[in-house]
Amino acid sequence: MNASPTAPFTTIIGLEVHVQLQTRTKLFCGCSTQFGAPPNTQVCPTCLGLPGSLPVMNRQAFALALRAALALNCTIAPTTKWDRKNYFYPDLPKGYQISQFDLPFSSAGHLEVVDPKGAFAPRDVGIIRVHLEEDAGKSMHDEAAGTGDTRIDLNRAGTPLCEIVTQPDLRSPQEARAWLNELKLLLVYLGVSDCNMQEGSLRVDANINLHIPQPDGRIAKTPIVEIKNMNSFRSVERALVYETARQYQEWQETKAEMGSKPKQTRGWDEPAGITRGQRAKEESSDYRYFPEPDLVLVTVDAAQLAAVQSGMTEPPTELRKALESRWKISAYDSDVLVNQGRELVGYFEELAGAIGEGKVASNWMQQDVLRTLNERGGTIDAFPVTPAGLADLIRRVTAGDFDTSRAREIFAEMVTSGRSAADVVATLGISAVDDDELLTLCHELLAANPKIVADVRGGKEQAAAGLIGQAKKKNANVNPGKVREKCLELIRAMG
Amino acid sequence: MQPAELTAIDIVTAVRQGDLTAVQCTLAFLQRIEAHNGSINAFLHVDAAGALATAERIDKRRSQGLPIGPLAGLPVAVKDAICTADQPTTCASKMLAHFRPPYDAEVVARLRAADAVIVGKTNMDEFAMGGSNENSAFGPVRNPWDVTRAPGGSSGGSAACVAADMAPVAIGSDTGGSIRQPAGLCGITGLKPTYGRVSRRGLVAFASSLDQIGPMARSAADCALIMETIAGHDPGDATSLTGGVPRYSTQLDQPLAGVRIGRVPEHFAAGLDPEVARGVEEAFAVFKAAGATVHDIQLPHAKYGVPTYYLIAPCEASSNLARYDGAHYGHRATRRDEEGHRATRRDEEGHGTAPHTPGAFESPLVEMYCRSRAEGFGPEVKRRIMLGTYALSAGYYDAYYAKALRVRRLIRQDYLNAFEQVDLIGGPVSATAAFKLGEKTNDPLAMYLVDLYTVTANLAGVGGISFPCGFTKSGLPIGFQLQAPALGEGLLLRATDRFQHLTAWHQRRPKSIPSAGPAGR
Amino acid sequence: MTISRQDVAKVGLLARLALSEAELDTMTTELSNIVGFVSLLAELDTSHVEPLAHPLDTHNVFRDDIPLPSLTTAEALQSAPRHDGECFLVPAVLNESGAA
Repeated sequence: MNASPTAPFTTIIGLEVHVQLQTRTKLFCGCSTQFGAPPNTQVCPTCLGLPGSLPVMNRQAFALALRAALALNCTIAPTTKWDRKNYFYPDLPKGYQISQFDLPFSSAGHLEVVDPKGAFAPRDVGIIRVHLEEDAGKSMHDEAAGTGDTRIDLNRAGTPLCEIVTQPDLRSPQEARAWLNELKLLLVYLGVSDCNMQEGSLRVDANINLHIPQPDGRIAKTPIVEIKNMNSFRSVERALVYETARQYQEWQETKAEMGSKPKQTRGWDEPAGITRGQRAKEESSDYRYFPEPDLVLVTVDAAQLAAVQSGMTEPPTELRKALESRWKISAYDSDVLVNQGRELVGYFEELAGAIGEGKVASNWMQQDVLRTLNERGGTIDAFPVTPAGLADLIRRVTAGDFDTSRAREIFAEMVTSGRSAADVVATLGISAVDDDELLTLCHELLAANPKIVADVRGGKEQAAAGLIGQAKKKNANVNPGKVREKCLELIRAMG
Repeated sequence: MQPAELTAIDIVTAVRQGDLTAVQCTLAFLQRIEAHNGSINAFLHVDAAGALATAERIDKRRSQGLPIGPLAGLPVAVKDAICTADQPTTCASKMLAHFRPPYDAEVVARLRAADAVIVGKTNMDEFAMGGSNENSAFGPVRNPWDVTRAPGGSSGGSAACVAADMAPVAIGSDTGGSIRQPAGLCGITGLKPTYGRVSRRGLVAFASSLDQIGPMARSAADCALIMETIAGHDPGDATSLTGGVPRYSTQLDQPLAGVRIGRVPEHFAAGLDPEVARGVEEAFAVFKAAGATVHDIQLPHAKYGVPTYYLIAPCEASSNLARYDGAHYGHRATRRDEEGHRATRRDEEGHGTAPHTPGAFESPLVEMYCRSRAEGFGPEVKRRIMLGTYALSAGYYDAYYAKALRVRRLIRQDYLNAFEQVDLIGGPVSATAAFKLGEKTNDPLAMYLVDLYTVTANLAGVGGISFPCGFTKSGLPIGFQLQAPALGEGLLLRATDRFQHLTAWHQRRPKSIPSAGPAGR
Repeated sequence: MTISRQDVAKVGLLARLALSEAELDTMTTELSNIVGFVSLLAELDTSHVEPLAHPLDTHNVFRDDIPLPSLTTAEALQSAPRHDGECFLVPAVLNESGAA
């Protein structure tokens, strides 16, 4: 069930997102962050937490985190520090995670999500804080082996993560999913993260509860539940939909309100399509945060901020608006283009620039380039037709060399063969039909079709359509529009 | 003169000039160790083969006319809290009894690069927690001046091995006095540099904001020589200071005229042994004779030093020692279902037996953690972990940890104020000379008070040096401490060197060290 | 300041230290004594003093994002109490999802 406007409650959702920063090395040591290496091959004394090892912060990790926070409109703290979050877990070899507690480097931002199709009203979601911390390793429990052992791979331990915590501003599972898409797009655009959920470089936990108006005017609030283990944005939406219904049902049965029990954590079981309660930890969560004495403070001044800001590419929201005004395309079109990523927008802008027309370029992008990409797979960088090559083709269409459907055939051939439009045209024997040729052809057509000529003369201009098919058969290269135009002109001249 | 009685400077000079080979020198000290370690227990590990191989390489290089390092042929003992890739690093704990680091600490790498010969790893209080070296899992160190007494701690093995001529130089670490106090009780010279002057990378952390590595030797001149090699910026330690390292050795002979030394009257309050007080006052007189002036100053919050330290250090330690959980290295308790005689063995070791019956733990993992740590750590380490965990836990943080940090600022401010009036602060290192083994072991608080005069330097991050300034009637060394503003190592070493030119206390040696004593392991 | 035996047991679990009944008793006494001693600080008015967590005033210490050699897996596992040549082995971590 979805939180529709007719639902007897409001769904309140906040998200906690961890994204892996796109650095070459870990946050505190020089080990590689490359995904997929054999277990425990990207480890050193520091990320193994060996006695005597020390952390030194990765400059690029901090720079990327700063970029993310600025793009999320956060306030950057002039001074920030790192803290130790103490807990025992075998994927955390030091027995503490280096994180940020009371002085995160950024706070109080926001990111708006707009659905151009209007499925929900624009929603500006507050960001409580963005902070920089290290990731843990990976625990693998092989039940089948039956040894009772958990295997620990510390390759991922110490990977830089940005934790982004939103205000509980989202009002539906659908909004949450759309917002996550927007966040991911932003971070990928800025080169902050590849946000690959399969490789664990983006992880989401969601907090959700319901506000249920009571007959006496009071708003009852259900206990907040934190949902974990969601492996895709689709899972996030599904889990939230499920949890909304579950909480409403629980409310109807128990009337339990927030504060009546400790915050519950539930895991999303994707195959079963349900959330399941997780056992509360024995000592609740007394992390005994204190300032990390192995690291020093980090300060950021206005000049540094300006430098980061000026080095930043246009974020998606601004890019959408820019495309709309630069190329006179609709909000819908700019949304489709921008959502495909920075590289595709680059292709589009080059194409539009070359043909001097945005709408035509946008149509080609959406109807031909994107469709072909979807069919063939691969990325725009490796697309066999360059923007200049496609522009050449479009210019020929505009010049009337051939019609759009003929151009599509040429385009398909360009994609398959990697050859230029001119080349394809020559090979396929496609050449422009000159005016004399056209005139001769039209005379032949009129002579062979007296009935059509009579119909047209009698006022049924649409009858001329019958001539086009015949013209195509006689010469595949003719431009149907020109044939039609010339024939009508000749008939009119008959008086 | 026997090589084992030479100073570090004499040794490197003799080796460079060809008057002594590195092998001869190394052998001489190895023989001393062989003869006396049984009674002193200063070394936990002696790497005779490795040391001799290094010495041979150095001699060969010298004979071929190839360049040799500034410490070529100098035997150095290293506290077992400092990682060595080719020797165990146990921190005198059962927890790390079989641990071998896959890397060298930065100081060890620097010593090796300077062609020093690492002879072995010295005994200490477990994880550097203690002031008597009685908290070692491998037996106490005995004071070479009187083997019934403690050498001080936690760098007790490092101090004792230098005092007993088993090494000309040792490397120690000082978190609350662990270089200066044992140096004082063993009659040698020990320098705790400014926080950040020597890289901590590879020093097994006790309290990261207080720990600092430093040299322990027979004289300030020898300490200066070692500092030139081990001090300096390490990009692998974010808390390492970037400034250049002075050539300390070349600045030692400048006179002390005009140097102002502060004297804190409170140091001489009740509790300071009268013999120690007399020795310390006499030392002030020597400094005056050397041209320095002495001024009474105030360190109003110094009396809060020990309680402040015993909050901050355990809090940091509780976190630093969390990594010893049996998961990735170190001691792991045997599984119940795999061992039949567990209880017997634990009783023999005197370690706590968990009250829990099987199933009392949340999971097999938690049981492994709790039992591994219970078995691997000794009582003092457990006490400090418990204290630190308590002081950081929800509801107590502000009253204890945060409070201590505020007092820490007051203590540092005291130093900043004082150093506007004086260049150095002098006084006792310890309230008494070496105490009897066992004298304080049943009273943790009494043991904590041995750090009374030393912890404030660590809290403020400033440097301090300790050296002998006399002897008690019963023949035990009395230590004097000088403290300087941040990066004042040059002045500390120079003032001590000038003192050591006017006195001969530092040249005294323990008369007769039993060759095979009652101290065996 | 006194600390109860129950407090000590709770802290023992937080610190992952198994304490025997006898140790619980002595630890309760000793911790109470030590905490009583350090409570001396309470007499100081520090309401206008900022905490000082670290003696250094330095800031912004970074390293460049340049990969350095890692240890070999054998070196990483050399002191591991249990391993399978690839991974560290530890007793079962309870399945967090509760689905086990």
